[in-house]
Amino acid sequence: MTSLRRTATVAWAIARKDAIAELRGKQAAVSTLTFAAVVLLLFGFALGPDPRRLADAAPGLLWLGLVFAGLLAVGRFHELETEDGALEQLTLYPVDRRSIYAGKAAIGVIAMLALGVLLVPLVAILYAVDVVRALPVLALTVVLGSIGFAAVGTFYAGVTVRLRAREVMLPLLVLPIVAPLLLAAVKATTAALAGDPLRELPAWLELLAGFDVVMLVAGAGTYGFLLEE
Amino acid sequence: MKTRILGITAVLAVVAATLYGLFGVPADLNQGDAQRIMYPHVSSAWLAYLSFGVTALAGIGWLIRRDLRFDAVAVASAEIGVLFTALAIWGGMMWGRPVWGVFWQWDDPRLTTTALLLALYVGYLLLRRLSDDPARRATRAAVVGLVAAIDIPIVHFSVIWWRSLHQPPTFLSPDKILHPSAPLPFVLALVGMLAAFTLAWTWLLIRRYQLARAELAREEAIRGGLVRRARSAPRPVAVGGDEGSVAQSKAPAEAAR
Repeated sequence: MTSLRRTATVAWAIARKDAIAELRGKQAAVSTLTFAAVVLLLFGFALGPDPRRLADAAPGLLWLGLVFAGLLAVGRFHELETEDGALEQLTLYPVDRRSIYAGKAAIGVIAMLALGVLLVPLVAILYAVDVVRALPVLALTVVLGSIGFAAVGTFYAGVTVRLRAREVMLPLLVLPIVAPLLLAAVKATTAALAGDPLRELPAWLELLAGFDVVMLVAGAGTYGFLLEE
Repeated sequence: MKTRILGITAVLAVVAATLYGLFGVPADLNQGDAQRIMYPHVSSAWLAYLSFGVTALAGIGWLIRRDLRFDAVAVASAEIGVLFTALAIWGGMMWGRPVWGVFWQWDDPRLTTTALLLALYVGYLLLRRLSDDPARRATRAAVVGLVAAIDIPIVHFSVIWWRSLHQPPTFLSPDKILHPSAPLPFVLALVGMLAAFTLAWTWLLIRRYQLARAELAREEAIRGGLVRRARSAPRPVAVGGDEGSVAQSKAPAEAAR
């Protein structure tokens, strides 16, 4: 039990450190949020002005926006560590490697949630979708999706952080892996917005939660090997 | 020499199974000749999954034992796996066009899963290309191969849920693939092709493994500066041969230790 508490403490310290660094710098956070907003705007251009079509596509566009912007965010939190040998320092901490992973994943979840807080209202405005009614379920979906995406994204950010071509490799590796997450999240969002007429919502949320658990365990179990390099 | 015999046997088996699948078996009642694509298609799909399973297990082997021979197996299996995955998708599309009317059927969970499989392992191979240090590359590849293997079943089941109207896998429902009056030749053709393809896979795996070992040895030799010295002093170099070529290129690496 104490080791679990210690893990949580270390993870929190790492997440807090990254959050403070990000809030002091601001450019990265602001540019990622702006990027997400611009992506949603461009989806509108790509699909044309038909409001029906935009409303139908809204759940998919929301999650594509979250995934694309999320890639920038999780990559960023590892990139922070490449300067001044910070990554080596991090690996020298006498702590369980899993707690470093947990910390990086936690800040990833926080970033994803921040993106969600921006993008959900934006989707409601731009694509004329009524989100207020479905807000509790929508929030749960975003939370579950954020955890799964941060679990995968943090792991692959650890894989690619030392590569020259990490900007290309991170999306290339993450996107096929998160396909089930995207699928389940879009389905859950669609069901939530429609008032769940087919009673399929619990199944999709279960799939999301299952994905989260599997990927968190896989990430925590393997991330340590990457730091040993 | 043993590998060469295996290779010749595999080629002959594939040729025999192809001839039997094309001319020996009657055409399917509903699908006609298009159904014959199923023999190599199902075999390729099976080998794709086998390859990535082997890659994941070899990755675990490397993480535990820290022996680069495991990594050589992993890369060999992944590369051949990408080849057979591409073949499986190609065959699926060629079959889908006459039978379903489209190349790409989003309702089919296996086609969609296989496309993601291809993307996952092309990424795996690209990642390997970008890492120079053998141990580092092996570790990165091992964990990525492992997570990808964990993801495959989730992808598969999520796509099945997503498109609940799918038809069950043809391989497990013989009435769909087999001629109702003559099931035996169909089973024979499929099992024969599976066996032939698996033989060819084994041969390719051994050869690619040997090549991977040779590549590793060369990398080590370059690091030791031995290749440059060896080039300035011309020596006869063994060409071809079974295990000979590998042993030849392994020698400078061992001298470097």
